[in-house]
Amino acid sequence: MIERGSGSRHIAGRAGEPDSLKGDPMADTDGGVQIHKMGAWSAGPGCHGGCGVKVYVKDGKLIKVEGDEDHPYLQGRACPRVLAMPQYVNHPDRLQHPLKRVGERGEGKWQRISWDEALELCEHRLREIRDKYGAESVVFGQGTGRDAGGFIIFLAYAYGSPNWTLFGLSGISCFTPRLAAMHSVTGDFTFPDAAQFSPQRYEDPEWVAPKVMVSWARHLAGSHCTDHYFSGHWVVDMMKRGTKLIVIDPVCSWEASRAEIWLQLRPGTDGALALGMLNVIIGEGLYDKAFVEKWTHGFDKLAERARDYPLEKVEAITWVPAEKIAKAARMYATSKPAAMRFGQPLDSNSEATATIHALNCLWALTGNIDVPGGNVITRPPFGVTIYPYSTEEVIQLYGEEFVSNLTKKRIGADRYPMVKNFRAWALSDVVLEQMETGNPYPIKGLWCQTNNFLANTAQDPKRHYEAVRKLEFNVVVDTFMTPTAQAIADIVLPAGSFPEKDSVFTTGVPLNAIRKVISVGECRSDWEINFELAKRLNPEAVPWKNTRELFTQRLKASGLTFEELSERPWAMAPKNHPSGTVPYRRHEKGQLRADRKPGFRTPSGKVELYCTTYESWGLDPLPYHREPIEGPISTPEVYKEYPLILITGRRSGVFFHSEHRQIPWLREIEPHPTVELHPETAKSLDINEGDWVWIEGVRGKVKRRAKLTPVIHRQMAHALHGWWLPETDGTAPNFYGVWDLNVNQLIPMGKQSTSGFGGAPNKTMLCRIYKV
Amino acid sequence: MARNGLMIDYEYCTGCHSCEIACKQEHNYPVGRGGIHLSEIITERPDKSLRIDYLPFPTQYCNLCLPRTTRGEKPACVKHCQAATMYFGSLAELAKLMEARPHSALFTPI
Repeated sequence: MIERGSGSRHIAGRAGEPDSLKGDPMADTDGGVQIHKMGAWSAGPGCHGGCGVKVYVKDGKLIKVEGDEDHPYLQGRACPRVLAMPQYVNHPDRLQHPLKRVGERGEGKWQRISWDEALELCEHRLREIRDKYGAESVVFGQGTGRDAGGFIIFLAYAYGSPNWTLFGLSGISCFTPRLAAMHSVTGDFTFPDAAQFSPQRYEDPEWVAPKVMVSWARHLAGSHCTDHYFSGHWVVDMMKRGTKLIVIDPVCSWEASRAEIWLQLRPGTDGALALGMLNVIIGEGLYDKAFVEKWTHGFDKLAERARDYPLEKVEAITWVPAEKIAKAARMYATSKPAAMRFGQPLDSNSEATATIHALNCLWALTGNIDVPGGNVITRPPFGVTIYPYSTEEVIQLYGEEFVSNLTKKRIGADRYPMVKNFRAWALSDVVLEQMETGNPYPIKGLWCQTNNFLANTAQDPKRHYEAVRKLEFNVVVDTFMTPTAQAIADIVLPAGSFPEKDSVFTTGVPLNAIRKVISVGECRSDWEINFELAKRLNPEAVPWKNTRELFTQRLKASGLTFEELSERPWAMAPKNHPSGTVPYRRHEKGQLRADRKPGFRTPSGKVELYCTTYESWGLDPLPYHREPIEGPISTPEVYKEYPLILITGRRSGVFFHSEHRQIPWLREIEPHPTVELHPETAKSLDINEGDWVWIEGVRGKVKRRAKLTPVIHRQMAHALHGWWLPETDGTAPNFYGVWDLNVNQLIPMGKQSTSGFGGAPNKTMLCRIYKV
Repeated sequence: MARNGLMIDYEYCTGCHSCEIACKQEHNYPVGRGGIHLSEIITERPDKSLRIDYLPFPTQYCNLCLPRTTRGEKPACVKHCQAATMYFGSLAELAKLMEARPHSALFTPI
């Protein structure tokens, strides 16, 4: 097969020159196989990566997906989930038609209906609720994956509801706490620099490899390219270019086994560890004095706070020997440039946004902001946004007045300052509470899209089940029948995977086009579904003829239409682009602030070690540590009965959260719902490899199969989240085995951080384990 | 014609499984069969720390992706390896690459 047309012309280095790149993306090749280049975003792989792929289609059917070697993100490499796409797309169990419930909820009795009928029904019921109770009475819940939430906030706002949320996840404890903290302290988000902003990548003469990369609570082997803004294997690219690793993780990950220094901390104590490191760096004068002097605010106050965390105290909290902490702090501070990446466990810290504040202080004090090989400020490419990650982006899409009006009724905004002021989520914990109490206004419906909360997203899933099953009208949009759809849906709508849809990827770089090249049954893209329904519910909010027109409008800052981007099919802003979206040292050049003055996009124009934004919200302006809600220090009496710390939520390389259990090639690699234990721990409990065991906490117990591995700490256990068994009965009460397996039943809602964001205690619950 | 092989620089293999699935997709192998089988080897160093190694092993079902390599493409596993730590070439070329790689293995499945 020979690629023609667009293929060879999507060469790196042509950023910002759209007109020179016309191609013929539909070029036929011998054997009747068409090869289409596009970005891969969920559904399918289930991720937020930005990789480029070649989709092979024969007779209208997807036959293969390969990496696109001309795409700068992974240069032709691909993850297992992208490579298993033929089994995902062509799976016999794919939802292919809209379904209407005809039995009781959970009975599994569904009737196939037409799209017209389905949309008509949704429109009718949603209008009814809006007329009777107000639009705010419908919650629009997303999970993650499938373009994430751009189309969900779009539908919610067109309908008039402020209640767009990550339904079920306590404290929206994934990514948003990181974004909120970084945005408050620095005015922007920063991510490690793997030359991702340059089409030349590692060959870019401006880029240098970090001397040190800190991987904090972040498994490379699980995060792969599922991460936002950064792909796990870029760490390996950098290791080959001389980067040394400091790994901070309770589990001995592959990276930990290759690290110069590995700090095996107790889960949930990251804040104390970061403050201990700050104390060393400040106390020993290892910080970047010039940067601190010119570009940071509140150094003395931070120094004073850090003094509250002497190493002997930090050792007692974190279980990490003091000398190791000091060694790591010194190595990080004296290796320039150094980069730091961190993962979801920090979003789960009791005070997540305080902990992440402390990490911000680490890379600010050491002058590793927006420099080659450091942590670089990351904005959506060209300033184009399709899924808003910050307040600015929400306002860019919907206007300040509209957003501030909605905020008046947005659930949780009245109680949590960060929820009120950052991004535009309704707070999951309070949403659940309000579903139960009806105060201050009743919730009557749930639009549930990209979310399988019964198996995955929600803590305390039974509480969610009880609350949602009492609502008047629930819609689930998904690619497969899930426990959630079976249990609570009145209407199920079939969504398309990525080659079945048009879409745009704006999360990091590059800007990618995703293009519909195949159809499966009557599946429609999430965007298309929500576009059509939004048009019915509020025609004024949808002035475009179709989604392509909408995408073209949103792409305006790139100078490309959707069709032009599709032909490329990716674009990167050139250096010094006025959007301020390309590194480096933008704070010196006046590229970050609206007033174009040098400095950061914060009230003081500096990186706020002492965070005036936090202060104005009534939050502690300095970082601090708070103990997990359960643990050897906070609940010693519980610890006696439940002596293992249960870590959940490790990312799997072959599954994305609750997805992919029905994909044979992927399931073969991780066939069983396991709990991982150290062999010595297992031996003391008389547990052998493969035994079915109970994991029991104070809130309940679930079954898993024991997997013995020395990478787990002797006083901890690890259970992968998101397990259900698509091969078993999906109707009530089994719901594909979720009540047996879903480890979130051991984890409560309502323990969110003081700021509102963060705090889902999914790394720190206590448990005991014994044979079934 | 020089004999070809697969060289794995297992210092950098992260155990991501892309090679296994790339192979299955390329050859449409069913569950239970594959041209690459990934092994995990965990050993303790003298200082008690762990070294985790992964090693993709080409099984009897590996044909070194002859149709692909004849077209001038890389084998499916080599192309998609996320750590870019698998190499295809003649034994002489691969042996030369190995000289600078302390943890590497050479396979000649066909």
